[in-house]
Formats: sequence, C-alpha cells, structure tokens
Amino acid sequence: MVRYILRRLLQVIPVFLGTTLLVYYMVFALPGDPISALFGDRQPPQSVIDTLRSQYHLDQPFWVQYGIFLQNLFTFNLGNDFTGQPIAATLARVFPVTAMLAVEALIIQAVFGVAFGVFAGLRRGSWFDSTVLVASLVVIAVPTFVLGFVFQLVFGVQLGWAKPTVGANADWGNLLLPAVVLGLVSFAYVLRLTRASVSESMNADYVRTATAKGLSRPRVVLAHILRNSLIPVVTYLGANLGGLMGGAIVTEGIFNVPGVGNKLYQAVLRSEGPTIVSIVSVLVLVFVVANLIVDLLYAWLDPRIRYDQ
Amino acid sequence: MRFTRTSKALGIVAVAALALTGCGAGGGSNNGASQSGGDPNKIITAYNNEPQHPLLPANTNEAYGSHVVELLFEGLRTYDPSGKPVNALADSIESSDAQNWTIKVKQGTKFTNGEPVTAKSFVDSWNYAANSKSLQANGFFFESIAGYDDVSAVTTEKSADGKTTTTPAPKADTMSGLAAPDDSTITVKLSQPEADWSLRLGYSAYFPLPSAALADPKTYGENPVGNGPYKFAKTGAWVHDQSISLVKNADYSGPREAKNGGVTFKFYTDPGPAYTDLQSDNLDVTDVLPSNALKTYVTDFPDRNAAKPVATDATLNIPPYNPNFQGEAGKLRRQALSYAINREEITKVVFNGTRKPAQAFAPPVIEGFKGDLAGSEVLKFDPAKAKDLWAQAEKIKPYDGSKPLQIASNTDGGHKEWIDAVANGFKNNLGIQAEIQPFAKFAEVLNLRKSQSLPGLTRAGWQADYPSLYNFLGPVWATGASSNYEQYSNPEFDKLLKEGLAAKSTGDANDKFNKAQEILFKDLPGLPLWDYTVPIVWSNNVVKAETGWNGAILYYNITAK
Repeated sequence: MVRYILRRLLQVIPVFLGTTLLVYYMVFALPGDPISALFGDRQPPQSVIDTLRSQYHLDQPFWVQYGIFLQNLFTFNLGNDFTGQPIAATLARVFPVTAMLAVEALIIQAVFGVAFGVFAGLRRGSWFDSTVLVASLVVIAVPTFVLGFVFQLVFGVQLGWAKPTVGANADWGNLLLPAVVLGLVSFAYVLRLTRASVSESMNADYVRTATAKGLSRPRVVLAHILRNSLIPVVTYLGANLGGLMGGAIVTEGIFNVPGVGNKLYQAVLRSEGPTIVSIVSVLVLVFVVANLIVDLLYAWLDPRIRYDQ
Repeated sequence: MRFTRTSKALGIVAVAALALTGCGAGGGSNNGASQSGGDPNKIITAYNNEPQHPLLPANTNEAYGSHVVELLFEGLRTYDPSGKPVNALADSIESSDAQNWTIKVKQGTKFTNGEPVTAKSFVDSWNYAANSKSLQANGFFFESIAGYDDVSAVTTEKSADGKTTTTPAPKADTMSGLAAPDDSTITVKLSQPEADWSLRLGYSAYFPLPSAALADPKTYGENPVGNGPYKFAKTGAWVHDQSISLVKNADYSGPREAKNGGVTFKFYTDPGPAYTDLQSDNLDVTDVLPSNALKTYVTDFPDRNAAKPVATDATLNIPPYNPNFQGEAGKLRRQALSYAINREEITKVVFNGTRKPAQAFAPPVIEGFKGDLAGSEVLKFDPAKAKDLWAQAEKIKPYDGSKPLQIASNTDGGHKEWIDAVANGFKNNLGIQAEIQPFAKFAEVLNLRKSQSLPGLTRAGWQADYPSLYNFLGPVWATGASSNYEQYSNPEFDKLLKEGLAAKSTGDANDKFNKAQEILFKDLPGLPLWDYTVPIVWSNNVVKAETGWNGAILYYNITAK
C-alpha cells in the first residue's frame, strides 16, 4: 500500500513540470508588456519600466525565466507579483476561501445528490423519480452563469435571504449561495449516477441474498446497495473537487468571492505569469491528491480491489 | 469577469420563468437598512478594486489607488468640486515672475502619527518622488523644477542585439531649485517661467509624506500614514483583494472635512456584482457601471443617480508616418475623416448619452475652455463636405486603398461598438474600407504606438491630472512629450505652449493655449471625438453623492441617512 502511494506521488513530478512549463510558456507568449500595461494611458519614464522589467526578470529569455521560477519554487519563495505583493501571501489568502466554497459545494452535491439518487433509484418509475429526473435535466441544461444571476437576483436582491455578493466576508454562511450554484450542476450528475447504479444493484444477486436471509430493509439499502453503488459516484466526486476549485471562476465572478477563480482571472488580465503558474501548480497538486484519495477509497469500498501485487 | 448583454438578458428571462413556475415567489426588497436621520458617524461603502501599487501618492497613477490616496492626504492646494484650485495647507502661493515661487505652509497641522507637517516634509517628499532611483510613476510631475534633470538622470545602454535598457542614475539627491529655509516656507525655482505651475499643487504627486515613508517606502505603502480627511482604520486595514477601511481623521480641518464616519472601499473585479449590491443596498456608491446598465441605471435608481461631465476626452489619432495622410492631400483627408464622423449620433446611440460630442481638444469643464475656436467646424458631421474634401485630395495624390483603414484598439473596454460606428461612417460617407484592428489588451496597442508601427489609426484618451488647459495639450501634443506616442511635432504649436506657460496670468496663458489649439485644428494630428461624463448611482443608505471635476466621487461629502 505504502509503495503504491509513493509511486503515485512520484508521478506528480513529471505532471507538475509538464503543466507548469506549458502554462508558463502560454503566459510568456501573451503579447504586450505587462509592466507598461500596469500604468495604462499615462506611461512613467522608461527607466521605471526597464528597472521593473529587470526586477521581474521579464528582460530574460523564456528558459531563464522558467528556471528562476522553478528555483524559487524549490526554495519556497514564490516572489512578488507585479503589484509588489508576495505571491505566497496571495495563495494563502485565496485558497482557503475557494477551498471553503468547494467543500461546501461538494457536501451539498454529495449529500443531496446521493440522497435523492438513492430514493429515485429505489422507486424507479415513480412520480418522484420522474420529477427528479426532469429537474436534474433542467439543471444540467442551464449554464452556471444563468443559475448564478437567477439565484443572486431572486435570493439576494428580491427576497433578501442572503447577501447578493460575498466580498470580504467569506464565511460558511455567506458562501452558501455561491456554493449551491457551484454545486448544482454536479449535483444533477451525482444524482443521476447514484440513481443508475442503485437501480442496477437492486437486481443484483447479493441484494436478493441479503433480503432472502432476512436483513432489514435499511440495512440492505445502506450496507449492500449503497456501498456498492457508491464506487462510480466517489470517482466522480473526487475528480470534481479539483474542477470545483479551478472551475469556480464564473461563480466567483458573479458573487465577487475573493478566491482562486477571481485572482486567476485578474492575473490573466494582467499577464502575471508567476501568479498564474503558482495558482495552477497548487491546483495540480489538489487534482493529484484528490485522485489519489479516490483510488484509495476504492479499496475501502470494494475489498476486491488490491493495489499491491 | 465580463458578461455580455445577452447573458444578463438570459438571466432575467430565467428569473421570469422561475417566477412563473412559482419558485421565485415573494417580492419587494428587504434591505433591512434603518431609515434614521443624517448620521455623521456612519461608515459608507464604496466600489473600488485592488490598488496596483503600494499606496505612495507619487506612485499612484491609476483610479483604484487614487481614490484612497486622495482621502489619506492633503496637499498645499486642493480642487473644489468644479475643479477650481483652493489653498489647503498653503497659506499663500506667490510669484512675481512665474519662475520663482514662495509658498507659505500652514503651521500646526500633523500627520496622524503625530509628526508635524512642515515645509521640509514637502521638500523631502518631492525630492524623493523626483529621484529616478525611487521609481515613482509620477516622478516626472516635478520636471519644471530647476535641478530635476540631475535628480531624475538615467543612463541608457544598448546591448549587442540592439535593445536599449534605461537604468536610474541620479546625479544629485535634491533638486537645486527646491528649498525650505524655515518650517513655514518653501521656495521653488523653476527652470523656466510657468504661469499655471501652481495649478498642479493639488495633484496627488505633490502630497507630503512623513519621514517614516522615505525611510522604508514599501512597508509604509502597506499602511500609509497621512494628513488628510481620513486615515487607515487600523494597521492592516488594507486586506488585499478584498477591502480597504478608512475612518474619519478627527484632527483634520480643511476644505474637505468628512461628513461621514468613514469609507470602506469594497473590491470588485467586475462592476456587475457591485451593481447588484447597490440594488440591494449592500454597497453605497459606485462610479463604474456595467456596460449593460448604462441604458437602465436611471430607471433602476430613480432620484439616486447623477452624471456630471468630467475632464476626460477621447480622440482618434492619425499617425504622421502614415503615407496616406501626409502632405496637402493628407491634410484634406484628415479633415474629411473628421467631417465623416457623426459624433452626435454615436454619443446618443452607442453611449446612451454618457459622452458628449467634443468641441475642442479639451473638455468644457476645464477653465479657459472655448467652444468656438477657429477650425473647430471640422467636428460637425457633414457628409457632403467630407466627400468633397476627399475628392480634392484624390486629385492631388490617389489614396492607397489596397488595405482597409484600420483603427487600433483594445476590445475589452467596450470600444468595439463605437469604432464600428465610426468605421461605418468612413465607409458610407467616403467610400473607403475601414475596420477595427482589435487587440485583446491595451498593452498591445501601446506597443504599436510606442514603436511607431501602427498600420492605420488608433483611439487615444486623456484624463487630466490637474484641471488645466495645458495638461490637455502639453503632455499629448508637444514635440517629444511623454504621451505623444505618434510623435506629432509642430514648432509653432510648441512655441505657443511655451509662451502660454511664460504668461503672467492664467487668462493670458489660456489665450495662448487656445491659439495653440487652433494649430491643432489646422493639423488635425488627432480627431477630437467626445468628452466623458461619469454616471454614478447610490444606495438608499446615503443622502446623495457627486463627482468632482475629474470624475472621482467626492467621498468626504457623502452623508449617511
């Protein structure tokens, strides 16, 4: 087991180098000088621009810039962004906010998605099942930004149940509305996945056996049907966590959440290579770790799966 | 994040759908705001975004930082809402020859850390800002003072591959023309007479800094200590990417005394959410509206909106290096282009009236403005005249129409719509092909402009730093000026500017500047397009808000309900 985990962690290195190199190059290839863009219409003396360019190594060729970035990374010094703020501090500020948002969204979609999915799967063909199916189809079809605006207007502005934007007060309560919007689309997928695999295992031999040997209905559902049906759902949720963290750009924009998505969007606008690559690096780590956890969960959910030969 | 009009419309349609299906029951806004009478201690909230530099006045040249810096500091002068300069920390500003100035500084005022504000505070801050080593973006604002050249000196190196690099190499630490003989007196010697020099003393580059700032500017810029109507609520009041909280500075007395308990700037990466917050009274005032709200803000915020003209204008620049627009034929063509733009209609239809057709190379809010300068008739829309002039030019030298006439612009600031309209005007009235040359970013356009390699025309804009006619002419059109990227040059124009600067009174100076504008109208290095107004809206929590001459909200003047 330990060997398996180590092997998986070692795989992170090439993935990490590959993604950072690619992203760094894409930012490098962006046209326009980010330093002179920082000043807009009114340009400062050329000496200011040139000095800042050399401070941020923008006057160096690509490989030197990338090398400096890697070197900084391994000495745990991410340097400063073009506004003079330490990038490490920025990461420490934005990631907890987005992590809260993503976890809240993940809980919402896991709890409600699995619950609705199990009920729909157990009563396949009932009115509840049909309603849930149609509703989830609608949710999948409507783009996130539309859902975002609708929820913001209805619950934030008209009903006043929640603050329409989050801003500086990013706590669990204020993040609930964006988390619902963020989690809703995946909620529909989780629901449909659970429903499909629950209704499939309803007819499996081991369920019939369990029922035949006189186990109570809740025990059959929870220990036999649910546990076996969860494998595809867990895979989806795990892969989705990374997506939630990185893909929250639209939701964070609508609700003005000071998280990863908003920062990334701004960094792209300002061609801030080091900031973008630092954020992406952390996202890569999140993806890799989330996938590893999913794989380990498999073994727990299904003891037939063994990783060590 | 920028959402198109369609997406917002989709959202509204979806709301309607929800309401119809009964999911969005209920109605009426629930703002929970108490409706008490005027409260001078209440904190108001305002739209802003992350300042792009540490908060040092001479390094702040963008709106987000300026909003904060303007409230934290008080200079020798300040501008009243109409843009008229009034003395603030200066008791008197005198000069007999427009070259040697004596400024008396008010005594007894303090920075919020207790340090007294003296003549020396100003002199030290100005020397610091002008020093090329300090890398202050607005350091060139001191260029008129004798000795600036030594303090701001740079060396330029040319590497093997032909790239030039400029590095700071100051030859002196202090400007020879600047001195503080005692605590209450500043003497300034300019390198040449400048009648309107004292107008600029209210600009943020001239604010005084406490000695701690000069010792460690970077640390200071995170938690600035000033002498203005507001101060930081606490150390660390600037929460990056989130907010800056200011509270009233009780020790301040001056023309800009705060009528509220403080201002909290909330940061938004997009004006859309801010607009939503205003609709539900979660934000008190904004000066940036999402483009899709320009049509609706008056009905969304009845009695809670204003749009005042400001000192910002837009031009369409025609590079002198473009062969199609050179010589006598080029001159006629530039005029023809100007006649072919329907400014009236574009400002109404595309901008919903938030821009006003230009009448000169400076907007009307500036003192000394004249709307009937000789040559300004080219700003009228006259398709017949445009055709006629174009035909005359064709007789002299045929137009090279092998490529469409391109108008370079970044497309992220809502520029595409009006450029399409202008290009259509050229097409329909002159029979030439014209189109936008789109760029994702402003920096790309700037690169082309700086390297003199525009294939066609470019949009340009100018926002005044301080309310003076000269500020719209000198930095933009004078030979070799810092923002004269197309390198227009006319010695006669330069001479008139110089004479204006040397004039004894602002009235005489403005006469010269207006004469200089008439030369611009003859040469048309750029076509004046329109002047800006800044629409603002405010919440139910505040009585009223207004913008100053430069479009910035006068936060200190806002009273909470």
